[in-house]
Amino acid sequence: MVQFTNIHLDSAFAALADVTRRGVLERLGRADASITDLAEKFDMTLTGMKKHIGVLEHAGLVMTEKVGRVRTCKLGPRRLQEVTDWLEKYRQLWEARFDELDAVVEELKQKESKVSR
Amino acid sequence: MKTETKTEQTSERELVTTRIIHGPPRLVFEAWTKPELFRRWWTPKSMGMEIVSCEMDVRVGGGYRLEIRHPSAPAPMPFFGKYLEVTPNARLVWTNDESASGPITSVTFEELAGKTRVVLHDLFPSKAAFEQSRGAEGGLPEQFDQLDELLAT
Repeated sequence: MVQFTNIHLDSAFAALADVTRRGVLERLGRADASITDLAEKFDMTLTGMKKHIGVLEHAGLVMTEKVGRVRTCKLGPRRLQEVTDWLEKYRQLWEARFDELDAVVEELKQKESKVSR
Repeated sequence: MKTETKTEQTSERELVTTRIIHGPPRLVFEAWTKPELFRRWWTPKSMGMEIVSCEMDVRVGGGYRLEIRHPSAPAPMPFFGKYLEVTPNARLVWTNDESASGPITSVTFEELAGKTRVVLHDLFPSKAAFEQSRGAEGGLPEQFDQLDELLAT
């Protein structure tokens, strides 16, 4: 079930599998840009660019912020280093599991104490 | 009141993860071996994954099979294996047979004044198998290197 960690990485890998999206990341590495700018630069429709940005945003690689009527994109909180750091991902997966396991065990404990009362 | 989750690589093919759970081993074991409880925590909501099916025959030689859906995968992914050791309220050992490089996982539950110290141990068949597992199915790390270079310019 270690392979499981890799599923979590899949959204990042899927995001990076596309040449346009890699180009967008490269561009945002140099300067923030609006979706309109990016669509023009990559010679595609606004709708098409919005889709790409959506994928990158979902993977945590890009963040967007709406100021007035313009949506600006910048590099996201998910550092590439973090994406590649498999061991930390593995630990985070277990941390998230244990957090929820703790909640399930807490509930079992409460049920027991009700029954014994 | 969460406690820390620690992971350490203890050899070239072993990982050890520890965590304190706020309940006795008996309840932790129960949550780990009853499908209806297990499926509530094994795929954390924060990871966007969902257990589609979960079958567990928790006894030595018994099998388990999970199917897990993730938005980025077109079809649910199967995870399966068999239990090598089952010591009620204390220890479980199982195989991860969905991949040839899958580890043998053992987990022990130690009582600590009404709480449980969970020690999870993944032992990969070889160093190469471990490298393969962490390489996220090959080829991709290279892609990251290329991207890193791209972004560094």
